[in-house]
Amino acid sequence: MRSNRVGWLLLAPTIAILGIFGIVPFLYVLYVALHQWNPFGANPYMVYNGANNFRRLVFDNEFLTSIAFTLKFAFFAVLSEVILGYFLAQLFMREFPGRGLFRTIHTLPLIVAPIVVGSVWRLMMTPSIGIIPYLLKSWFGYDLNIGRDATMAFALTVIMDIWHWTPLVTLTLLAALVSLPKEPFEQAQIDGANRWQIFWHVTLPMIRPAILATVFIRLMDALRTVDEVWMLTGGGPGAATRYLGLHIWKIVFPKTDYGYGSATSVIVLYLTLVMCWLLYVALVARRGQKRAS
Amino acid sequence: MRANRPILSILLWTLLSLVTLFPIYWLFVISVKPAVELFTTPSVLLETVYWKNYVKVLGDDTLRRYMFNSIIISTGNAVLVTVLAFMACYALSRFDLPGKENIFFWTITNRMAPAAVFLLPFFLLFTQVFVIGEWKLYDTRTGMILLYCTFNLPFAIWTLRPTIDAIPKELDEAATVDGATTWQVIREVIFPLARPGLAVTLILTWVFAWNEFLLAATLTSFNARTITTGLSEYVTTTGTEWGTMASIAIITLIPALLIFSVVQRHIVAGLTFGAVKE
Repeated sequence: MRSNRVGWLLLAPTIAILGIFGIVPFLYVLYVALHQWNPFGANPYMVYNGANNFRRLVFDNEFLTSIAFTLKFAFFAVLSEVILGYFLAQLFMREFPGRGLFRTIHTLPLIVAPIVVGSVWRLMMTPSIGIIPYLLKSWFGYDLNIGRDATMAFALTVIMDIWHWTPLVTLTLLAALVSLPKEPFEQAQIDGANRWQIFWHVTLPMIRPAILATVFIRLMDALRTVDEVWMLTGGGPGAATRYLGLHIWKIVFPKTDYGYGSATSVIVLYLTLVMCWLLYVALVARRGQKRAS
Repeated sequence: MRANRPILSILLWTLLSLVTLFPIYWLFVISVKPAVELFTTPSVLLETVYWKNYVKVLGDDTLRRYMFNSIIISTGNAVLVTVLAFMACYALSRFDLPGKENIFFWTITNRMAPAAVFLLPFFLLFTQVFVIGEWKLYDTRTGMILLYCTFNLPFAIWTLRPTIDAIPKELDEAATVDGATTWQVIREVIFPLARPGLAVTLILTWVFAWNEFLLAATLTSFNARTITTGLSEYVTTTGTEWGTMASIAIITLIPALLIFSVVQRHIVAGLTFGAVKE
C-alpha cells in the first residue's frame, strides 16, 4: 500500500484554491445574511438582525414561485439534454464520412458566450422584428409572442438551454463511451443480445458514473442560469421565467438589498446542495458499496 | 442494412446541423446589417452585405487587447484546472484517504453558488486582501486565472473522476510491482488511457472560462478585461449596437474553433486506439 501522504499532496492545491476562493466568500455571505444591509438605502450600515431575513423568506411569495419555476425549467432542460446528448454521442461512435465536420458543427453552440446566445435568440424571437415569429405567422398563421405568452416564453428558455448545452453532454458522454473496454460488447454480441439488452445491461452500467457526473453539472448550472434568460426574456412575462439566479440578481442590483439577497443565496445554495446530496447518496454511494463488498 | 447506414447518419446530421447552425447564421446576418435594417421585415436570406461593423471592430486596439487577455486567461485557466483536477482525481481514485468522498462532494458545491451575491466578497478579496504594496489582484490576468478555478475545478474533477475510476487498478498495481514510481505510473499508465477524458475536460473548461461574463465584468477594468466583457459593453440599456456586438461575437468564434479542432483530435485518438486492453 502506498503512503497516503502522496495522495494528500496531490489533493493539496485543489483544496487550497477552493478553500480561499470558495469557503472564505461563503463565510462572508453567511455573515451578511444575518444583517439588514442596504449600502445605498436610508441607513447604509450593517445592522445585525439575526434570522429575520430568513423569516421573511419563508413568506416571500415571489421567492417561492421562483423556486417552482426554476425546478420546472431545470427538470425539462436537463432531462432532454441528457437523453438527446446520449443519443448523439452514440451516433458519433459510428464511422461515417464527414464525422469530424459534423462534430465540429455540433459543438459550435458551446463556444458562443451565454450573453450572446441570449441576445441572438431575443433578436430571432422578438415579435415584429424576429425571423421566427415572422415565419411561423406566414407559414402556419401562428402568433408567437414571448412578451405575452408565459408558456411559450418558458418553453423557449428551455429550448435555448437545450440548443446551447446538449453539445456539452454529447462531448462528455462521447469521451466516456470511447474509453469503454470492447470485450463486454463483443461478448454480448456472441451471446446474441439485442441492441436494447446491450444498452441496458452492458453500456448503461458502465457509463452510469459519467452520466451522473454530467447530470450533476447540468443540473446545478441550470439552477443558476442568469445571462441567457436575462437577455431573452428579462424574467418575464410577469415572473414566468424569473429563475432563482435572476431573482437574486434583481434583489441585489436594482434594489441593493444585500442582507436579504445574501440570505436568499444561502438558502438557494442550501437547497441545491441538499438536492444534489440526495441524488448523490441515492445513486453514487451505492456504487461505492458495491465496490467495497 | 449496414450498407445504407452512413447515408442515414449523414442525412440525420445534416438536419441537426441546420438547427444547430441557424442561430449562429442569424448572428452573422445581424453582424452584416446596418442598424436601421435590423428593424425592418425580416428575411431568411441576405440581400446585401455590409462589412463596416467588421472594419470598425478589427481596427480597434482595445478589442485586440481584450482578445489577447481572453486567450491567455482561458488557456492558462484550462491548463491549470485540468492538471490540478487530474492530480486530485488520481488521489481520490487510487488512495484510501479518510473522508475523501466528502472532499469530492465538497468540491462540487463550489459551483453551486448563485453568482450575484458572491461578487461582493470576491471584489473585497481582490481589492483589499490580496494586496502587496502597490500591487493588487484586482484587474490582473493571474487573478482571473485563479478565480475561474472556483467554477472550473469542480467541473473538471467531476468529469474526470469517472474516467480515472474506469481505468483498471490492476494496471497501475502491475506497474508498481515492476518498480515504477507514482510519477511514472501517472505518466506512463494513467495519462495515455485518460486522454479522451482529459481532452474533453480541457475543451470544456476552456470554453467556460472564455464565455464567463459576470466575474470578469466586476473584477477587471481594463488591463485584464476579456473579450466577452468587452462585447457586452455594446449591450446597454439605452440601446444596443447589435451589429458591432454580433461582429465581435463572430470574430471570437475563430480562436475558439481553432482550439476545438486541435484538442478534439485527442478524443478521436481514443476512438482509433480502441479501448482499454485488459
